[in-house]
Amino acid sequence: MTELHDGPVGGPAANELVIDAQDVRIWYGGERGPVKAVDGVSFSLRKGEILGLVGESGCGKSTLGRGLLGLLPEGAKIDGHLRFKDEDLLALPKKEMYAKRGTELGMIFQEPLTRLNPLMRISQHFEETLRAHEKDISKAEIERRSLEVLRLMGIPPTRYRSYPHEFSGGMRQRLMIALALVLRPAFVVADEPTTALDVLVEAQIIRILHDLRREFDTSLLLITHNLGIIAEACDRVAVMYAGEIVEIGDAREVFSEPQHPYTRELLRSTISLSTTGLNFIPGAPPDLMEPPSACHFHPRCPDAMKICATIHPEQRVMPNGSRAQCWAADQANGIVELSDDERTPLVREEISVADEA
Amino acid sequence: MQTRPDTTQTGEALVSIEDLEVHFELRGSSFRRLFGLDTGTVKAVDGVDITLKRGEVLGLVGESGSGKTTLGRAILGLAPATKGSITYHERDEQGQVTDRVVSDLRGAALRKLRTDLQMVFQDPHAALNPSMTIEAAVGHPLKIHGIASGADLQHRVAAALERVGLAPAAQFMEKYPSDLSGGQKQRAVIARAIILDPEVLVADEPVSMLDMSVRAKILQLMLDLKNDLGLTYVYITHDLASAKFFCDRIAIMYLGRIVEIGPTEEIFADPKHPYTKALLKAIPEPDPRKMMPRDLPRGEIPDAARPPLGCSFHPRCLEAVAECGWESRDLRALLEEHWTRQDPSVFETEQALVGDLDALGSAEKSLTLGRGADAGKVKAMLDGIRSENPQEPFWLGVKSVEETTEGVQLSFHEGYDPLLRPSGGVEVACVLHPKPVTTEPSLPEARKPKR
Repeated sequence: MTELHDGPVGGPAANELVIDAQDVRIWYGGERGPVKAVDGVSFSLRKGEILGLVGESGCGKSTLGRGLLGLLPEGAKIDGHLRFKDEDLLALPKKEMYAKRGTELGMIFQEPLTRLNPLMRISQHFEETLRAHEKDISKAEIERRSLEVLRLMGIPPTRYRSYPHEFSGGMRQRLMIALALVLRPAFVVADEPTTALDVLVEAQIIRILHDLRREFDTSLLLITHNLGIIAEACDRVAVMYAGEIVEIGDAREVFSEPQHPYTRELLRSTISLSTTGLNFIPGAPPDLMEPPSACHFHPRCPDAMKICATIHPEQRVMPNGSRAQCWAADQANGIVELSDDERTPLVREEISVADEA
Repeated sequence: MQTRPDTTQTGEALVSIEDLEVHFELRGSSFRRLFGLDTGTVKAVDGVDITLKRGEVLGLVGESGSGKTTLGRAILGLAPATKGSITYHERDEQGQVTDRVVSDLRGAALRKLRTDLQMVFQDPHAALNPSMTIEAAVGHPLKIHGIASGADLQHRVAAALERVGLAPAAQFMEKYPSDLSGGQKQRAVIARAIILDPEVLVADEPVSMLDMSVRAKILQLMLDLKNDLGLTYVYITHDLASAKFFCDRIAIMYLGRIVEIGPTEEIFADPKHPYTKALLKAIPEPDPRKMMPRDLPRGEIPDAARPPLGCSFHPRCLEAVAECGWESRDLRALLEEHWTRQDPSVFETEQALVGDLDALGSAEKSLTLGRGADAGKVKAMLDGIRSENPQEPFWLGVKSVEETTEGVQLSFHEGYDPLLRPSGGVEVACVLHPKPVTTEPSLPEARKPKR
């Protein structure tokens, strides 16, 4: 398999791949057999780049995010090639992976209140985090570094010795981000970081995430189901469906010229201020135990052809630079020549209204 | 389930809410309770007048803590009104209207009201009893009210399930909530709400827990149900984008009050209240060419037990003027914000100068800063902060800054708590609206001063 790298070629940080994932697979053991939560995913992230990962519930986006950090539960298995800078993460012993988390790999969770210890002051949270990785660090140094990162998150120094309950929801999420960044990791996964927040606070947090690279040089994988957030914060976007990345590319390109029908329909079903009518994708995401044959999206796809149900499409680079796996896009861009038979529109099975996510 | 004639937009009042207050007393410390001292009150809903018209979709929009959910629950009698009234104008088959004062109903009479007023809850995963089958859950209201039993009940449940798209119903009746997806659960919750054939549905964030791709489906279902069953909706949300095409009228709420209300088109075409403007600007658009503006309100919704003086929104407002109700707590926020931008050494010297910030924690219209410190230095510090950002609205509210022997004395301009007043096609509670026609600044009507 040829290696698949994305993003603009050239540029200042062109060779500095922070994360390079090739054909990563993650599966869980289920009662009826393995659940392929992530099924052959390839992407790379450069220094300071923000990649948005979007998809419906159950598409495998959270599993992928955790898998990258080695945070999978017992019984889950990961395979493929996963490089962080020059190291093979999948070959690292558990202990070394543990040491890497925090200093090199960070995570921002969805619910900030459940991740902060209510009995510990903010200062103690920072102390614990810093001491875990740098045993001999002095108290003054802890305070200096904590206040520095709190300042960048817009938290006043007067609140350093407060308890978590004394902060509002948005402030707590800022604290979580500050705690993830105090060790200055090179790569951070943020899993739905604004889902629990109000719209004005959400905007503040998106702004902070967007500005992270300015101060921290952090590469960020931002997992969300909200395309609006991707558009605001991300350089590139990867669209996940049933364990696969069906389209990945520059955010502007993906939003203005979506190549995969799933991306297009997902954009159409997003309710925004410019929405004039209600659109939705019929049906539900498939069971990952037994995903549909060939292209996993074909039972719900408005553009499905005969070939879509028989042969799995390859990931191909489209003229606009995006990478997509879709026979219809290949055909439309003249990348493959399909026979008349292969092109016959697929008769869609009746999808019941209630059969949905 | 009968299908009612379309009665949209007749303008007939269905529920009238007059000067409604829902206040919750705080428990406070045992000492304060023992001696009957004031322990404080959370004013969840604080003086709301609104009329729900038959057949309309009224949106209540605001952040968490704005009181929108409490107002919605009060309409059903689920939150006790401490002042004011909620009246449901019931119309029988003959078209006779009887008034029922929801806020006075208790016990059985209140329960009976639920056949007409129903609620759809935010979290479908929590709104269904995990040990009840879908059939039992959806049919439960019929059982409680003794409307149907046996085969009739089963028949009605099946009809309700099919109506909300859970078809064929037989496939879902025996299932448990855990067998259903989020969207399917929310459909079941809606089926349970419509099975009594109600007039009004209060939908509290019905789609916010669902995936983006499912939201549109549930909203479409609710629109179809409204047309088929002649329902009237109160749609509670923090998402202005979905309110935009779902609602006929929108009320923007902030800290227990309505700050702007009007027809949806008017609100979106020409938002007047600075809070409405901010909410609109903050919606992330799925278009990478549009960047979110950086001038969004700072901070978060304040504690409803200790609301700001004057207009509640003034500490976050970008358009605030001198009369908005500036006070000591705003100075505290200003100092903290200033220190966030400063070097730790500057912070230490300046904090030593002003002392404990908790002294600024209670709402005061005049205060002395830096008691015991060199008044000249404190004044110089304030001047320095001011010169950093002279546009900061806070300084408009400062009436005087004087060096005294005690420290630096600050006093603020008198503040106003604006009432809802007509401006253009909407009503808005802001000192800036309606725009004064004369050059002479005439101050608008104010509410009674807050405690």
